[in-house]
Amino acid sequence: MGKTLVEISGVSKSYWRDSLQIPVLDNISLTVVEGEFLALMGPSGSGKTTLLNLIGGIDKPSSGDIVVGEIPINRLGESELASWRARHIGFVFQFYNLMPVLSAFENVELPLLLTGLSRKERRKHVELALSIVGLEDRMKHYPRQLSGGQEQRVAIARALVTDPTLILADEPTGDLDKHSAEDVMRLLSSLNAEFGKTIIMVTHDPRAAEKAKVHRNLDKGELV
Amino acid sequence: MWGFRLIMRNATRHKLRTFLTILGLAIATLAFIVIRTLISSYYASAEVIPPDRLITRNSVSIIFDLPLAYKEKIERVDGVLDVGYGNWFGGLYNNDPRNFFPNYAVGPDKYLDIYSEYLLPPDQKEQYLREKNAAVAGQSVVNRFGWKVGDPIRLTGQIFPGDWDFVLRGIYKGSEPGVDETSFIFHWEYLDERIREMFPEIAGRVGWYVVKIADPSQAPVISATIDEFFKNSPAETLTETEKSFSLGFLAQMDTLILGLRIMSYMIIGVILLVLVNTMAMSARERMTEYAVLKTLGFRPFHLIGLILGESLLIAFSGGVMGLLLTFPALDAISRMLQGFFSGFVIQDLTIILAAGFVSLVGLLASVFPVYRAVKLTIVEGLRSVG
Repeated sequence: MGKTLVEISGVSKSYWRDSLQIPVLDNISLTVVEGEFLALMGPSGSGKTTLLNLIGGIDKPSSGDIVVGEIPINRLGESELASWRARHIGFVFQFYNLMPVLSAFENVELPLLLTGLSRKERRKHVELALSIVGLEDRMKHYPRQLSGGQEQRVAIARALVTDPTLILADEPTGDLDKHSAEDVMRLLSSLNAEFGKTIIMVTHDPRAAEKAKVHRNLDKGELV
Repeated sequence: MWGFRLIMRNATRHKLRTFLTILGLAIATLAFIVIRTLISSYYASAEVIPPDRLITRNSVSIIFDLPLAYKEKIERVDGVLDVGYGNWFGGLYNNDPRNFFPNYAVGPDKYLDIYSEYLLPPDQKEQYLREKNAAVAGQSVVNRFGWKVGDPIRLTGQIFPGDWDFVLRGIYKGSEPGVDETSFIFHWEYLDERIREMFPEIAGRVGWYVVKIADPSQAPVISATIDEFFKNSPAETLTETEKSFSLGFLAQMDTLILGLRIMSYMIIGVILLVLVNTMAMSARERMTEYAVLKTLGFRPFHLIGLILGESLLIAFSGGVMGLLLTFPALDAISRMLQGFFSGFVIQDLTIILAAGFVSLVGLLASVFPVYRAVKLTIVEGLRSVG
């Protein structure tokens, strides 16, 4: 059993729409250990993405505590959270979310711009990340010149270029064809298996979930 | 460095939209500078008039003349160094109203000494003084008609009928920008001689006197003394500094000038709205990207830098393009208005104001997008995907 990396205790989250309170997560408790590849599954609206956002520090719980790598992130201020995310979290989105005006190289370089690394060091890191995802020959290509699968691989390279503590992937295969989805899942599996990366992935695709080592299901805001 | 690269890429993302916005800004800047330069040039001739010259005219109106005999009395006033006089002639070159330029008869010979800002080569001055029908013209009017020294020039009188033949004996230049170079002057005696033949009853009269004084601070006292001399005479006088006289003349256009000034500021307001719209559209399209940047750890000041930088880049591009277009535009306008302006000089203040307004427009146009981007939560921004 590895060291606990993420500890979620009694987390609830609700949103307000006008005067109506909409509960999304209800008293969630969850532990993720280092090196784990966890698939969070469940139907649409079950709160998977909200939970992932809370773990990644891009949203705050209404109640409860979230500790990631011994840091209680729900107690951090906005600027502390921003720095924490830059250092510890790699995000992979369903729609890749690459900057269309930047090349693959420049997109992957983006998180490193906040690290104080020299240009030469940044280049080295970016080239390594792009070679891990098999796109070293597409460095100068812009997102519009890449296929969906390639774009997602660039997004994965961007997520791992800072060597984050945790990679969070939200429906990483949701916008891909079957073949590209398999490529992306193979890549995430190898990041977990070969590089020991802890990954939490939200998906409702059973084939994608098969690659994960641990599966948890959410339904109506509760872990089941 | 990366920030500037991203600003450049963002600014050129929608090339046509950006180009049209820059073009709009350029035209607004151009209009602003041209209008202000026209206004300043309009007043420039009065600005450079030395304070040691007075104009004495008929107190009723400049269109009523004065006896030449007043000259000797004016010369006797304490503090007066020299006295010259002139008559508006109003002749047309080739009898074509489009060929308008100021032309007047002046005397006596030392008139040119009183107008020391008119720089005339000594040999040309000597030649001019020697011949009765000689004339001197400003560089601007000479350029306009392609004249050269020695050319015969015929003006058709509109006030004093008939054709009047002159020989161009001198070309003067202004000693500094703003000095009028559009005038054509000739000997008062030449005019008076023919008037004496045609209309003897109005011979020996002048339109105004120009009085050079020793001490400009004594101008009010000397003016009052001169006017006191001719009080209760058939032609009472009104004396004031030449600068006041010119400004009074120019004040006839004050309402139009005020309208132009207001228009120049309205143009800035309109183009502000254009840039605000462009920046607001750009920001709206990029909310997801701002959310992604925040997710990656970028802070609000990074986003402020990107948005403000882009807005200022577009604004300054338009401003610089407008300024560059100003020179050929003013050149073309100068050619069209040769009879009225010697040339245009863009004042430093105009450039500073244009740069200031362009910066302000760039700054204000980024306020709303910056506010939206900073206030945007990551979850909201990411939700706007697909």
